[in-house]
Amino acid sequence: MTQALALPTRKSEDYRYADLTALEAAWPIAPEQIVLGAGEEGTMAIVHTGDAVVARDLEIRLGDGAKFALHLLDAGTAYGRFAVRVTLGAGAEFTFGAAQLAGSGQTLEIVTEVSHAAPDAVSRQIVRSVAAGKSTVNYLGKVHVERGADGTDGEQSVRAMLLDRTATANARPELEIYADDVKCAHGCAVGELDAQALFYMAQRGLPPQEAKKLMLQAFVAEAFVGAQDEEQLLEGALEALGRLV
Amino acid sequence: MTLLKIDNLHATVADKPILKGLSLTINPGEVHAIMGPNGAGKSTLGYTLGGRPGYEVTDGSVQFAGQDLLELEPHERAAAGLFLGFQYPVEIPGVSFVQFLRESLNAQRKSRGEEPLSGGEFLKLAREKAALLKMDMDMLKRPVNLGFSGGEKKRAEMVQMGILDPKLAILDETDSGLDIDALRIVGEGINSVMRSPDKAVLLITHYQRLLDYVKPDFVHVLAAGRIVKTGGPELALELEERGYEAVAA
Repeated sequence: MTQALALPTRKSEDYRYADLTALEAAWPIAPEQIVLGAGEEGTMAIVHTGDAVVARDLEIRLGDGAKFALHLLDAGTAYGRFAVRVTLGAGAEFTFGAAQLAGSGQTLEIVTEVSHAAPDAVSRQIVRSVAAGKSTVNYLGKVHVERGADGTDGEQSVRAMLLDRTATANARPELEIYADDVKCAHGCAVGELDAQALFYMAQRGLPPQEAKKLMLQAFVAEAFVGAQDEEQLLEGALEALGRLV
Repeated sequence: MTLLKIDNLHATVADKPILKGLSLTINPGEVHAIMGPNGAGKSTLGYTLGGRPGYEVTDGSVQFAGQDLLELEPHERAAAGLFLGFQYPVEIPGVSFVQFLRESLNAQRKSRGEEPLSGGEFLKLAREKAALLKMDMDMLKRPVNLGFSGGEKKRAEMVQMGILDPKLAILDETDSGLDIDALRIVGEGINSVMRSPDKAVLLITHYQRLLDYVKPDFVHVLAAGRIVKTGGPELALELEERGYEAVAA
């Protein structure tokens, strides 16, 4: 067992871009389990702010026809890691909307693994990351469709916005499909704020910081559309964006 | 007092000289039109006055309402009363016109030491200006310019101009992309918002047709980065008839 508790190295794919030095403070990570029985529904919102290192490991099992929505705002100023492993029963629905806002030179990361183990399950992941200064944002996400999980509908939408040339984003959406009749889409983009839009907004009188905040607010809000705690998540994001721009 | 005084302006874009000694004086109450062939520097003039990054002034000066315009940041130029109507208005996903314009107007007011408008006051103002341009108020609840047709974008520019109430409006090909009815509505909108003894308009256009609605006091021909000819409204008609080459030669 001692071996299992050893700090991971970069050779471990899941920790490839992690801040291993910072991770030590939170190691070992005790996995948290969320189990929904057949037909059950649930939601969960996580808002992380403040200067503590955080590393969480969520294992979610959804029974047949169960529905679960997880929303996450990571706006902490130290290393933050959220790993989410999900197994979906037949016809289950999993929604994941997350935003990570990094501006203190730290690393924030999200690692997901969604297993479509039975037919007709749906998974939707929307991740919006913002990195300023020398910070790094990571998303490593795998959608795994097992043999026989026909009718699977899996979607990953991953976008990162770099506010400074010194910021870094790593994004790796992956699909592993062993069934025939599936619909899986993934989109991934890393970019900067549109300079034309910034000038347009400035020309109407909006100072650069306000203009950036407005655009980033809209960008981040995409992750929280339909969340039960949408307002709370957006307020937290807005406060953090004030620090970043 | 002179509102805008451009003196011997030289500007480059990506190190390429575009404006080469442009001079122009605009007084309050006047409407000026700048016409000229493609590539003459018409849009560059607008962007340079607006302070767009990448448009570098290499020589000359610009005084606006008693200030050195070139010393000001783009948002400070807006607060000083300069409005630039874009030839291609920019789409901003996820940000509504109402939110964007209210924040823009209040930022301008703040920098002038005025009280911000409340949500209710702002909506009243926006509704009034939208009606002037015959634009449905619901369109202003949508994300900025997103999914708007070319003509709708131009009309939305004029609604913004009405709300922000500038001293000088520089309108860069506001007439392009408009059908005949929209052209008349936009023309009337410009007149009702900007025709005033303390305001002025600089119309940048290729064509005479907008000038049928917004009568210019002066028409200038811009060619190769300088104003090569200035006249009254009749000059626009002459250009239309004989072409730039013949008139500006």
